[in-house]
Amino acid sequence: MTDSTLTIEAPEGAAGSAGGAGGTNASASGADVGRAAVLAHRRSPAQDLADEMTQGSGQAVWLRELPFLTQVTLRAQPDGPSSEALAGALGVGLPTRVGEVAGAIDGIGVAVLWLSPDEFLAVAPDEAQTGVSPEAWAGRLSTAVGAGPGQVVDVSANRTTLELSGPRARSVLEKSCEIDLHPRAFPVGTAVVTLLESTGVIVWRTGEETWRVMPRASFTTHVVRWLLDGMREYC
Amino acid sequence: MLIIDCPHCGPRPETEFGYGGQAHVAYPEDPHALTDEQWAQYLFYRDNPKGDYAERWVHSAGCRKWFNAIRDTRTYEIARVYAAGEPRPDLSKGA
Repeated sequence: MTDSTLTIEAPEGAAGSAGGAGGTNASASGADVGRAAVLAHRRSPAQDLADEMTQGSGQAVWLRELPFLTQVTLRAQPDGPSSEALAGALGVGLPTRVGEVAGAIDGIGVAVLWLSPDEFLAVAPDEAQTGVSPEAWAGRLSTAVGAGPGQVVDVSANRTTLELSGPRARSVLEKSCEIDLHPRAFPVGTAVVTLLESTGVIVWRTGEETWRVMPRASFTTHVVRWLLDGMREYC
Repeated sequence: MLIIDCPHCGPRPETEFGYGGQAHVAYPEDPHALTDEQWAQYLFYRDNPKGDYAERWVHSAGCRKWFNAIRDTRTYEIARVYAAGEPRPDLSKGA
């Protein structure tokens, strides 16, 4: 999708808001101004909860949103021609078993998460940082698959990313997550689809004390408040 | 709470799964040829064994794949999980 025809103005006081770098590009000239203005207009699912998250965080555990991560869902049979093409186009390969993350296991860069034997989630930083739009990336991956069996869909708006960090982060998650999160079973660079209380999320350990929880956009308010409630005794 | 061994994701709590009823109930070859009673038998009548029971399960909050499991209806112990479409394994032949 080209954006040269877009003439949306950046909203009042939007610079440097939720998108981080989103608003700061507004000073660029030409066609970039249009895209930067579009990015500045985005609202992330947990944007209105930013203050609550700050207030509910402490030394032992803190919560924030990592908004607008680029997410692309990939469907391809393992060991098929499409998965080979995708692995090549991604540059980091595809994970092969449950929990495995290919690429940037710490979430800084391109990472591919295993969702099911033939379904993967490619995650990359926000377009405002990379300059690569989710549509463009999905388009490139889709071209790599070509006519082969498989599917590439931009699902960046499907989930948002919450980051729970701190020495007590695991304790907070363990209140609601029934799978084993101990390092022996869930080392750094593990990501699984599971339930957080009754809500389907992806839980991804990006550091010793850093966890990503990726709920669906419409469940975000609930998940944020649920986690904040679990954090209260430590903050 | 049951711990169910998903063939793709490993052991997960029962709340992540959906239940699909008895496994190996084939769709009738020609439904129009059936009498009402035979159709009702296909739709509503299921085995109710005391002991091993082959069931369909779906890991709906995980990999979203269907699979079959043999569960003992007395103990809830799941003796075997196997892929959907595979014939029912013979448990008497060891693990």
